[in-house]
Amino acid sequence: MDFQTFVFYFLSAILVFAALRVITARNPIHAALHLILAFFTCGGIWALLQAEFLAIAIILVYVGAVMVLFLFVVMMLDINLDRIRQGFWNYLPLGAVLGLLMVLEMGLVLGNKALQIPASAAVTPPGVSNVKEIGRLMFTDFVYPFELASIVLLVGMIAAIALTWRGRKKSKYINPNQQVFVKAKDRLRVLQMPVEKD
Amino acid sequence: MFDQFVVPDLLPAAPEIFLVVMASAILLIDLFVKDSRRTATFALSVLTLLGCAVIQTMTWTPDITYTFSNMFVDDQMADLLKLFLYLTVIMVLFYSRAYVIDRGEMNKGEYYVLALFATLGMMVMISANSFVTVYIGIELLSLSLYAMVALNRASLSASEAAMKYFILGALASGLLLYGMSMIYGGTGSLELTAIDEVLRNDGANGKLLVFGLVFLIAGLAFKLGVVPFHMWIPDVYHGAPTSVTLLIGSAPKLAAFAVVMRLLVNGLLPLAVEWQNMLIIMAVLSMAIGNLAAIAQSNIKRMLAYSAISHMGFMLLGIVSGVVGDASGQFDAAHHALAAYGSAMFYVIAYVLMSLGTFGMILLMARSGFEADTLDDFKGLNQRSPWFAAVMMMLMFSMAGIPFFIGFFAKLSVLMAVIDAGHTWLAIVAVLFSLIGAFYYLRVVKLMYFDAPEDATPIGGSADMRLLLSVNGVAVAALGLFPQVIMALCAFSLLNSLN
Repeated sequence: MDFQTFVFYFLSAILVFAALRVITARNPIHAALHLILAFFTCGGIWALLQAEFLAIAIILVYVGAVMVLFLFVVMMLDINLDRIRQGFWNYLPLGAVLGLLMVLEMGLVLGNKALQIPASAAVTPPGVSNVKEIGRLMFTDFVYPFELASIVLLVGMIAAIALTWRGRKKSKYINPNQQVFVKAKDRLRVLQMPVEKD
Repeated sequence: MFDQFVVPDLLPAAPEIFLVVMASAILLIDLFVKDSRRTATFALSVLTLLGCAVIQTMTWTPDITYTFSNMFVDDQMADLLKLFLYLTVIMVLFYSRAYVIDRGEMNKGEYYVLALFATLGMMVMISANSFVTVYIGIELLSLSLYAMVALNRASLSASEAAMKYFILGALASGLLLYGMSMIYGGTGSLELTAIDEVLRNDGANGKLLVFGLVFLIAGLAFKLGVVPFHMWIPDVYHGAPTSVTLLIGSAPKLAAFAVVMRLLVNGLLPLAVEWQNMLIIMAVLSMAIGNLAAIAQSNIKRMLAYSAISHMGFMLLGIVSGVVGDASGQFDAAHHALAAYGSAMFYVIAYVLMSLGTFGMILLMARSGFEADTLDDFKGLNQRSPWFAAVMMMLMFSMAGIPFFIGFFAKLSVLMAVIDAGHTWLAIVAVLFSLIGAFYYLRVVKLMYFDAPEDATPIGGSADMRLLLSVNGVAVAALGLFPQVIMALCAFSLLNSLN
């Protein structure tokens, strides 16, 4: 087994483990952290396949944006601030382990000269850029689904706004024009009532 | 680098482009609509759909056109289904208008815009010739529908239904994508016609393909709502606002039929032996569970949901009889496929027409603060409005498949195709379950004519809705007298679409 195959199996094992933990972990934050690990490992496997654009995209988009947002939401749901602060120390060991694992993975895949892995068998010829090819296809052959995907995003936006927007908050705004024309009888009501005797 | 790039032919997709432009425009125009009834938004949405229909007929061509690097196909099946789709959505908008106005929370511009985008999703599905477009069309449709189900935020059951729909829908999309990726791995192409060619020429890796096919069919079955992937249907039909149930229960069936045709018949026909067996199991289970469970329902929306499951099972029967194992001659096989798929298409169109009418009746009887969604609400309808009781009776007779309504001829043509394909036992099972199903349709008729009304409020509804609903009911009966009209249209459109 050459080094490259070893790296592949290593990453795959971590990926399967992390994915299993996502659905078995009882603590939602643990699940989210493992999901980050799974995405990151996935990026590593793609980098092995020389699909560097996908690898970078999954790390930037999923790990960088989607998952962090997800973690925020999970933490927001737990409003007790003290418990979140306590949580920091509780989650630190797991976070540190996962972080180290990611650094190790990055080292294996991108690595220094000593660990430099040979290109995989399915190499692209030199001079062909992954990003360029994806970009070219996206705007020529796949322009129709590309445009439709933008409409799917638009629908997502419309749906999110329609489902959450509850109208402007009633502010304590005062109309001076109406105030000027206020008369005593608008504010004060004089009632006629029989005298009460006790 | 772009010197080989040819600008795609946009003409076949003209209705889609028009719809996108208009939907975006309506989204903006609606911001300036002061009228609380949103008449302008409503009128523009209806006009947009009419415009699509006009463009569709004007750009009609007798041959099959591929464009956008073969991702989009415009054949006569697509033309016919899209025309019915526009008609269906227009009727949905008319039927749901009063209901939506009565429930102020739902009466937003987004309601109409989402309905238009859902229509776009269905058009994309109908014209899809690639896994990518099939998937994106389904997502566009589903995403719009999830949001529409949840639009009535005051209703807890609607939110619950939306959540269930969303989660199960996402799961189904995942299954579908998994299956697609397997088949892509096995054939090396995303394009359905190319996949067909690969399969015909060198058989490809059988195990991998069948593995992918199982997932693909599971995903499709979720979207169609056939057993064993039907769990969401009753909850969503029941929980969603009736106007949205009307939309979910009608037009998407046309699109789902088209996707089944595109994926299984246009793309994976060489694997027909495998998928026909899977579909037979699902069809029989759907007819059994749909018809039996519908008997136990006291809520008419839930009853119609189970009825939808059984109808979709019945429709699948037409699709499974397309390829016969021992087809003798080439011409004979083509003729056979035409009859079978044509009958399934006729069935879907007939079902959509009936389901529009039935949910339309529920909407007609609903008013502000009253849903009219239990069977008891239909008690004594004859005394409150003899005409609409008659319309409902025609719809129920047609759903049950009683001659001479359109539902009867739909069932008859599917059964004939099934018997032609040699599955006599399947036809017997189908007839038996239809007989069981007739019970709960006839129960509604009995409630309307022989029971005393529980509430004597006169039947409301605007003039246009009453007129359209009457036309709908009469069409179910009239097309039953002249079933050849639609049957011939289906056969004609498929004749020029199946290659």
